[in-house]
Amino acid sequence: MKFRHARFFAAFGALLAAGAAGTGQASAKELTLCWAAWDPANALVELSKDFEAKSGIKMKFEFVPWPNFADRMLNELNSGGKLCDLMIGDSQWIGGAAENGQYVKLNDFFDKEGIKMSDFIPATVVGYAEWPKNSPNYWAMPAFGDVVGWSYRKDWFSRPELQAEFKEKYGRELTVPKTFGELKDIAQFFQKREIDGKTVYGAAIYTERGSEGITMGVMDVLYSFGFKYENPDKPYELEGYVNSAEAVKGLEFYKELYDCCTPPGHSDAYMSEDIDAYKSGQVALHMNFAFTWPGINADANVGGDKSGYFPNPAGPEGAAYAQLGGQGISVVSSSEKQEDALAYIKWFAQPEIQQKWWQMGGYSALLKVVEDPGFATSQPYAQTFLDSMAIVQDFWAEPSYASLLQAAQKRFHDYVVAGQGTAEDALDGLVKDWTQVFDDEGKY
Amino acid sequence: MLKSSVDRVAEATPHAIAGRMRGLSDRTLAWLFVAPSIVLLLAVNIFPLIWTIRLSFTNFRVNRPNAAVEFVGLKNYLNILSDRDIWLTMQATAHFLIWTIVLQVLIGFALAYLINKKFRGNDLWTTIIVLPMMLSPAVVGNFWTFLYQPQIGLFNYAVGFLTGADPSSFSMIGDVALAPWAIVIVDTWMWTPFVMLICLAGLRSIPPSIYEAAECDRASRWRQFWTITIPLVLPFLMLAVLFRGIENFKMFDLVVQLTGGGPGSITELTSINLKREAFEKWRTGYASAYAVILFVTVFGLASIYVKALNKVKQR
Amino acid sequence: MSSYSVTEPSLRQKWVAGILVVGYALITILPLIWIIATGFKTPSDAIAYPPKTFFTPTVEGYVNVFTTRTRLSQEQLQALGEPTTWYDKLVRKDGLVISGPSRFAERFTNSVIIGFGSTVLCIVLGTVAAYAFSRFKVPLKDDLLFFILSTRMMPPIAVAIPIFLMFRSLGLSDTHAGMILLYTAVNLSLSVWLLKGFIDEIPVEYEEAALIDGYTRFQAFYKVVLPQAATGIASTAIFCLIFAWNEYAFAVLLTSGNAQTAPPFIPTIIGVSGQDWPAVAAGATIFLVPVMVFTILLRKHLLRGITFGAVRK
Repeated sequence: MKFRHARFFAAFGALLAAGAAGTGQASAKELTLCWAAWDPANALVELSKDFEAKSGIKMKFEFVPWPNFADRMLNELNSGGKLCDLMIGDSQWIGGAAENGQYVKLNDFFDKEGIKMSDFIPATVVGYAEWPKNSPNYWAMPAFGDVVGWSYRKDWFSRPELQAEFKEKYGRELTVPKTFGELKDIAQFFQKREIDGKTVYGAAIYTERGSEGITMGVMDVLYSFGFKYENPDKPYELEGYVNSAEAVKGLEFYKELYDCCTPPGHSDAYMSEDIDAYKSGQVALHMNFAFTWPGINADANVGGDKSGYFPNPAGPEGAAYAQLGGQGISVVSSSEKQEDALAYIKWFAQPEIQQKWWQMGGYSALLKVVEDPGFATSQPYAQTFLDSMAIVQDFWAEPSYASLLQAAQKRFHDYVVAGQGTAEDALDGLVKDWTQVFDDEGKY
Repeated sequence: MLKSSVDRVAEATPHAIAGRMRGLSDRTLAWLFVAPSIVLLLAVNIFPLIWTIRLSFTNFRVNRPNAAVEFVGLKNYLNILSDRDIWLTMQATAHFLIWTIVLQVLIGFALAYLINKKFRGNDLWTTIIVLPMMLSPAVVGNFWTFLYQPQIGLFNYAVGFLTGADPSSFSMIGDVALAPWAIVIVDTWMWTPFVMLICLAGLRSIPPSIYEAAECDRASRWRQFWTITIPLVLPFLMLAVLFRGIENFKMFDLVVQLTGGGPGSITELTSINLKREAFEKWRTGYASAYAVILFVTVFGLASIYVKALNKVKQR
Repeated sequence: MSSYSVTEPSLRQKWVAGILVVGYALITILPLIWIIATGFKTPSDAIAYPPKTFFTPTVEGYVNVFTTRTRLSQEQLQALGEPTTWYDKLVRKDGLVISGPSRFAERFTNSVIIGFGSTVLCIVLGTVAAYAFSRFKVPLKDDLLFFILSTRMMPPIAVAIPIFLMFRSLGLSDTHAGMILLYTAVNLSLSVWLLKGFIDEIPVEYEEAALIDGYTRFQAFYKVVLPQAATGIASTAIFCLIFAWNEYAFAVLLTSGNAQTAPPFIPTIIGVSGQDWPAVAAGATIFLVPVMVFTILLRKHLLRGITFGAVRK
């Protein structure tokens, strides 16, 4: 025992020394890439070893967990920090980063190196790279495609006794839901059911308050129910679109789903809490970004044949949309190593690297990779990813996105989790908040 | 011993020995010694404060370096004072402030009273009781989210064990009715020892002769408690309340880690709200006005309170 | 109902008081013990329902807090061969390999650098200022002392707005120097007030004697007062250190990759997927131990330290 302790302290000492040494030497050529701390980031570290070998540039990584990611990184950009040379920033930051000159504009670089945005999934180019939207001004290269979808316990769904009971109760087969209404039935069916001696629950959904969680969840339902961000003919006109009768129904649905079918203490859950709930076998249905699927597929408890995947089901009118996630990779303007950073992007854009990226669990947005005939069957979730990617919508990417998001977080959490007021109040309030933000921006 | 700044400055009257020295004169030395501290405080506290006041009249945003900065007069202040949500955060802060102080004073005083019985080993147990308040509030807040988890948390399990309720039937930080109490419980757990220590100092400062005299007058124990103990400990208690009041008015780290202001905005204290405005929405001018309002509030309340405190002491 | 006694409290009173206080102490220490215990659990034991009181201890949490791990497939794992070190073996049984050190050691080192740096600076500035306030006629002394104290009343988030702007334009954002200066300024009020109290208690006669012996005023301060005030300086230093050690609000807003300290970092420790409670608990324990030791060392001066010297017993 004593011996073990001694070794442990020796290791601790060595790590301390390593940490101290690491801060000391900055002369060697190195680049720092900033991203969120999650599975894909670990894969990128592995992938980047190829770049290090070829270029002789050492890659350093700064990964921040999701709940703090936007906070920390926007703080970094706004304080003009020199920590990050490359930023894999969230899609909604693009407007602010572009207008305030925090990212380097990449058009000339793309032209020079022959990188064509038409080679990437169109939704990702609009979502991750362009500002203003739908104009050929590029501030990032799509790096990681991501979208909200669902995983479910295939093994539970295929139990004959559960299938029989479900059919008797609802008059249809227990299978992947085609509408949100069906999804709620299934969640209700599993809620508080005993399976293998454990109490299980219906669905793990997004309810997080602090950053963007509940908005990312609510939006999936709202889009499919008929919510629109603005009048398509008159930008920034919100009244009647954001708070339309359909949107109200959608928000009410999300609250019903939260109230009826989530595990206990599910009041502040985002990506990692939801993965935990699903992997520990607590829930039958699991809303999450596609990035979680490779990990679920490989999981000892719920992996392989035990899990299936499906895109967002349709709303009452048959429309189905999914919230876009994912990020583009950008060069930070305040970086002093922009040349090296561009070299990294050039390396990353190569089709064979993108192919390898997909194999390691990174969702490449390169058409050549995803349109490959073998792609859809290469992983059990690949087809679901493609289907979901075809129906994406994204949140505001305006420079004032943070204010818009904060307002949505507050209104949604107040209604869905805290149960204050009605869905109508919440959306009317949201129209008021957003109108105020756009008014301050001089949009009217 | 309890002293106000005035008393203490008066006590430290310099002695007329300056004439005897060589080298630096006392006057020079005094300035040499005091100046660095004052300069640092001016640079890191006062200069920024003035800057904040100036910003509070503008629409400046840190994340818009290219946008024109306009002078907007009192608009920020009017918007804040007429914002219903901000009044709700003030209410949340008031609830937190009042209940933590009430609970900490009651439990803290009771503990001090018991410890003052000087049973064997009271030193050791006092030290153990004091440990929570020396910890990092952010780390404590983070860990209490774990203790509060409905299915696996120690707190829920203990409550379930004692009351027979199902531990997963309630969620301290997810339930609108319970969340305000969840933060009060953790703060009370952490800071009761603070009030206790101050009360203990108060109890120990009472000379036994006063009780002896009361005993001679055949005053009942109960009467002694109300006419001797309470009035003599009161200034100490009020000091404890002042410190806790200021600290909890500023409260940020513990609660932000514990509930993040949720569910909804039930536990969104003013500091958390201010942080969202200043460092998430980046409305710098607006947030500056907000900060100024908080300064004024805390200084105003504190100075009224200190006046009351001095009155009690003089009695 | 027990109550006062003119002399000693009765034996029965002592017993009742003792039992109540010990009971409270045991309840209050329980969460702390739970943190420490969780650090030695496996992730599945940590989230077991009902909570596990008895478990087989493991140092997995401690390994996890110092490392980052990657999940590999079975084939990749086999290709790697047998793990060689005990910590490799430990993570390998979950199908993981250690891919490198985590940031914890760095953040901890930052806490040490910034904590000690600001403490030293704060004590140097505080001691001389306190001496001047204690012994000399300083114009506007009362106002200056109150001004120093009042700087502590401002909510850190409010102060952080202009500090953020200032640091950004001076290039002090996310630097050790910036954080040391900031913590020094925040702690200075505590240090001046506490040290003034300690120096006030040193009889002036000692210095007068030294001055008569031909010492200069500075020599008298340096050779007579400082040694006398050593205990006070030491305990003031520990209070400054504890504050800087535990501080969160400024750290989370003003630091990121380079100078971030441990408090903003510990809550963000996550495992390969999801919150890794044993690792968080292990990190928290390593971080809390120094403070616990200091608390025990300081217990005599505790009260004075936490009340800015307003209460002296």
